[in-house]
Amino acid sequence: MAEPYVELKSVSKYFGSVVALKDVSFDVCPGEVHCLLGDNGAGKSTLIKTLSGVYTPDEGEIRVQGKPTRFASPADTRDSGIATVYQDLALVPLMSVARNFFLGREPMRKFGPISQFDAEFANRTAYDEMSAMGIQLRDPEQPVGTLSGGERQCLAIARAVYFGAKVLILDEPTSALGVHQASVVLKLIVQSKARGIGVIFISHNVHHAYVVGDRFTLLKRGRSTGTYAKGEITRDQLLNLMAGGKELVDLEQELAKSARSSPA
Amino acid sequence: MVSEIRDERVRSVSRLSRLLSRPELGAAAGTVLVFVFFAITAGNTGLFSAKGIVNFLEVSAQLGILAAPVALLMIAGEFDLSVGSMIGFAGILIAIPAVFWGWPIWLSLLFTFAVCGGIGALNGLAVVRTGLPSFIVTLGSLFMLRGLTLGLTRGISGRTQVSGVHELAQNDPLNSLFSGQVFSGVIAWLADLGLIGKRADGMPSISGIPVSIVWWIVLTLACTWLLTRSRFGNWIFAAGGEANAARNLGVPVARTKITLFVMTALAAALFAAIQVLVTGSADTLRGTQKEFEAIIAVVIGGTLLTGGYGSAIGAMFGALIFGVVQMGIFYTGIDTDWFKLFMGAMMVIAVLFNSYVRNRAMRSR
Repeated sequence: MAEPYVELKSVSKYFGSVVALKDVSFDVCPGEVHCLLGDNGAGKSTLIKTLSGVYTPDEGEIRVQGKPTRFASPADTRDSGIATVYQDLALVPLMSVARNFFLGREPMRKFGPISQFDAEFANRTAYDEMSAMGIQLRDPEQPVGTLSGGERQCLAIARAVYFGAKVLILDEPTSALGVHQASVVLKLIVQSKARGIGVIFISHNVHHAYVVGDRFTLLKRGRSTGTYAKGEITRDQLLNLMAGGKELVDLEQELAKSARSSPA
Repeated sequence: MVSEIRDERVRSVSRLSRLLSRPELGAAAGTVLVFVFFAITAGNTGLFSAKGIVNFLEVSAQLGILAAPVALLMIAGEFDLSVGSMIGFAGILIAIPAVFWGWPIWLSLLFTFAVCGGIGALNGLAVVRTGLPSFIVTLGSLFMLRGLTLGLTRGISGRTQVSGVHELAQNDPLNSLFSGQVFSGVIAWLADLGLIGKRADGMPSISGIPVSIVWWIVLTLACTWLLTRSRFGNWIFAAGGEANAARNLGVPVARTKITLFVMTALAAALFAAIQVLVTGSADTLRGTQKEFEAIIAVVIGGTLLTGGYGSAIGAMFGALIFGVVQMGIFYTGIDTDWFKLFMGAMMVIAVLFNSYVRNRAMRSR
């Protein structure tokens, strides 16, 4: 087994009297997809924010490439190769794909004393990086607003990878997408994995997670109920472990019962 | 191996369709329309003689000097309603030290630019720090500056007008930067070629190009370069388009906006410097409603009121339309009372047209 790139060891986080995370361990290796599953309120967001440097853990430690680390800020985390792609994707819809790709880190080109935005390099790089992820842009100068949900996700991921991300934290990347677009994003995840990037895939959709995941960690009420490799667990077992799995079965039986007792 | 994901429902876009989604399109079309209209109705009145052209270009230039930086600010998602009052205030700041305290003109000009830039920075800081809409903050500045202008001028001079700047500016090193004419040689040569009419005494009908027109063109080009070719331009679009995303990517949104407020204030000071040195006087009422005229020019030029989209070239067309219509109405002998009705209607039509163009741009690709 490869050495994990980033590792949480028995991390706990409290907000006043609320226990948001208790004794949670979690890690991701290069070229691996580790899915973080859990219902709303299970502590997924707290875990992401701890991993991305927004929160510091109250107990336990974070290790990056084996070395204990304290993140000073989200920017600090980004510099150590851990990029978080939030649901809003940090994109400006009215700006072009290429300009979004390089927003805040514009490539410049010198013409004598003046240096100006190197549009040609930006266009070419954005186009190439997107097609390396398997998305063929029509035009790198088209506004981001004209992209589909999957293409936007691709832009955000390609940008993070281009600027040196070794680990990608994807926060519910498929939740707002239709069936086709979701499959585009799942392909992107496989694509990133193939490039040796560790992916932390946060989802509450077991069907999406099971397709691409190598390992699965379930969070329930702030605690980890365990980490399973793909060979050790089936999709149905995973579904049942998720909060709601049992509830759905109960609901099904209840509905079946009421259907029998009140014939149409 | 990477499998390509290509959307089969996409047609390739033509150059024409790309051109049709540019923000300046409406204003460029409007400019052509207005020129055609006045060529027909005022073709032989002298509107399009050399003298007439310089007249309307000078009107356009003054507004255009304001409109270019105002366009950048509006693309960044903010308004500056204080530019009109700033013009009056700056005019007084130039005239009073020169006339009453014996300052050389160049010193009062530098002083004015420094003070106005500082007030612009305060406007920006107030907007960024409080998070209040800039519409409200600068509406406050609009009234405060006008009040300050009146109070100071009456307190110091006892009147609302300060004249006598002409005599003082005669030999000032900065005078020719803001008043007077350039390219006189070229104009004389063109007149000799018969391309420009001559007066009865054999002199060309115009003696040169007013320097304000040069300022207008230079400022528009500079703002266009800033917007489309500089790092700062990227930040302007991002600040107006999605400030939160920009901030998350490390764009200094606050600094970008404050810089733009300083730029609009400096443009107002430039407007005032030209006006005071050309007319030789300052008046407390100068610049009234210029903030709205600038916004009209910018909006006709295709800039979105909500920010994130627009152009400085468009604002130039907007200012050009403004000048042509104002002088065209004058030349055709239509009662000038109708001018504002026309410009207001023009703006509403422009907004409708531009939002159509923008929706097209967002859909068609």
